[in-house]
Amino acid sequence: MNKKKWLSTPYLIWMIAFTVIPLLLIGYYGFTTRDGSFTIQNITAIFSPAHSKALLKSLYLSLLCTVVCLLLAYPLALILKNKNVGQGGFVIMIFILPMWMNFLLRTYAWLNLLDDGGIIERIFSLVNIPYQSIIGTDAAIILGMVYNFLPFMILPLFNVLTKMDENVINAASDLGANSFQTFIKIILPLSLPGIVSGITMVFVPSLTTFVISDLLGARKIMLIGNIIEQEFSIADNRHLGSGLSLVLMIFILASMALINRYDKNGEGNAF
Amino acid sequence: MGIGETMKTPLIDLVNISKSYDGQLIIDDLNLSIRENEFVTLLGPSGCGKTTTLRMIGGFEHPDTGKIIFDGQDITSLPAYKRQLNTVFQKYALFPHMTISENIAFGLKIKGKSKTYINDKIKYALNLVNLKGYENRMPDRLSGGQQQRIAIARAIVNEPKVLLLDEPLGALDLKLRQDMQYELIRLKNELGITFIYVTHDQEEALTMSDTIVVMNQGYIQQMGSPETIYNEPENAFVADFIGESNIIGGTMLEDKLVEICGTKFACVDTGFGKNKPVDVVIRPEDVELKPEDTNPLKGVVTHLIFKGVHYEMEVQAGGFEWLVHSTQMFPIGTKVSIYVDPFNIQIMNKPESEDEEAVGIDE
Repeated sequence: MNKKKWLSTPYLIWMIAFTVIPLLLIGYYGFTTRDGSFTIQNITAIFSPAHSKALLKSLYLSLLCTVVCLLLAYPLALILKNKNVGQGGFVIMIFILPMWMNFLLRTYAWLNLLDDGGIIERIFSLVNIPYQSIIGTDAAIILGMVYNFLPFMILPLFNVLTKMDENVINAASDLGANSFQTFIKIILPLSLPGIVSGITMVFVPSLTTFVISDLLGARKIMLIGNIIEQEFSIADNRHLGSGLSLVLMIFILASMALINRYDKNGEGNAF
Repeated sequence: MGIGETMKTPLIDLVNISKSYDGQLIIDDLNLSIRENEFVTLLGPSGCGKTTTLRMIGGFEHPDTGKIIFDGQDITSLPAYKRQLNTVFQKYALFPHMTISENIAFGLKIKGKSKTYINDKIKYALNLVNLKGYENRMPDRLSGGQQQRIAIARAIVNEPKVLLLDEPLGALDLKLRQDMQYELIRLKNELGITFIYVTHDQEEALTMSDTIVVMNQGYIQQMGSPETIYNEPENAFVADFIGESNIIGGTMLEDKLVEICGTKFACVDTGFGKNKPVDVVIRPEDVELKPEDTNPLKGVVTHLIFKGVHYEMEVQAGGFEWLVHSTQMFPIGTKVSIYVDPFNIQIMNKPESEDEEAVGIDE
């Protein structure tokens, strides 16, 4: 008994030092002014036009990114499920391979490809096609997000689909369901846990990102992540930064709760 | 042999079916006819092609060559969901996200049956498999045996002409398995539908089947009633696979006379020719031990085990270890002689090559 408790001590210390204390600090800064008195202005600052616009933009882009990832990843996972495992694993590895490279590097690479005078423009000019750089547009940011976060959608979907009992699917078709009916009534509901964790793993990092919007948005598009980052690094206002972080956290927790309710419905029935 | 002709028209006809995976031949030119209302068991060791055969009938696999005729129609390329038969899968394969009644209703809903019809059917099916009151439970709340019965209920509400069962009792414990065997026989008689059953358990096959199809290495070894398969195995594989047996090399001296272990035995088989090498099958319960001086083949009891219903003994005689089942006990070391009733001696052609050992049956 005691031995087991001892074993958990390092993790407990780790959690307190790197999760609990930082959270408490953010809570403290978020609710205080520079001179240390209590305020809720750092929280209500989200209603200022610039901040709420950034938050809405973030929500919009990360939702779009999640939907695109889901639409790209689900068919892929479905195709790979029907291949034999060796082949499927290889294709999955190709999709995951970029993750072995640094996140910043990958995003810089996109900047180099897409920018004015970039590789794509040069290739286009070779065949005399006019090229309009998409750097600084929503499209560029979506591209960067999808590229970076797609593996997080593919993996859980691939897992849940390959673990599905083949005979359960056969049983549906045995009972007269065609491929479409089998997909809607059996495969889709049974893959819900994978969909939920995929959405979580894509939506959260894309909602909070500031690197992608920084580089591919060419500082023209401000996301909530950029605003928070600038409060800390440029404006040196950790109080406002913390307050906005808390607001963002509430949005994340709310969306988690919403998604998990779906998951509970799925899982409660499924397992 | 000749089973196809002597009965009425078959419901299912497999014609020259072949199937291979990764260049390995699983089913080799298989021909099989199944009549209406028959309980047919495909029996064989794992890898013999029995499950593949069943899955081809169900539509989950497609033969490389050959035809599957169902009720007079060629269904070879028909997808599973269009076939008028239902399958009970090895590990039940219930839909885990649906209640028991949703599981049972699945096929009927797809076919667009009315709500009252579906509810009546659910009631009827649950009654049939003795699981009344389980409508709203989830599959994982049921034991293996109960899940199995729901899988059967889910299949039979669709009123299939044929029910395919893929080792449905494999995951159950012995007692439950025996109960389910009686349950299946009862269902078959009540519903009057054709059962095609796959198993590697010879006892299960003998208990339930009207016809047993013994398979090995993608070939049908023998097909017949349980009695025929047990009493008159056509080759050493069948004899060995169905129950215990003494398989002894011998010589057919002339009609009705065979020599085994240097001793002449009277038998009832004819037509093998003279001085022909043959395999002789004698079931352990057919070997009769007599006092030493009453029969020409003499031996000594070397092993003795009490098995409940009978004693199991081994007798060293004529250079062969005879397996003997008898209610009479002979202690180890007893000198005995061996007598076998001519009717209990089964003569089989000796295979001349591996290939011939696995001959298919010609219709």
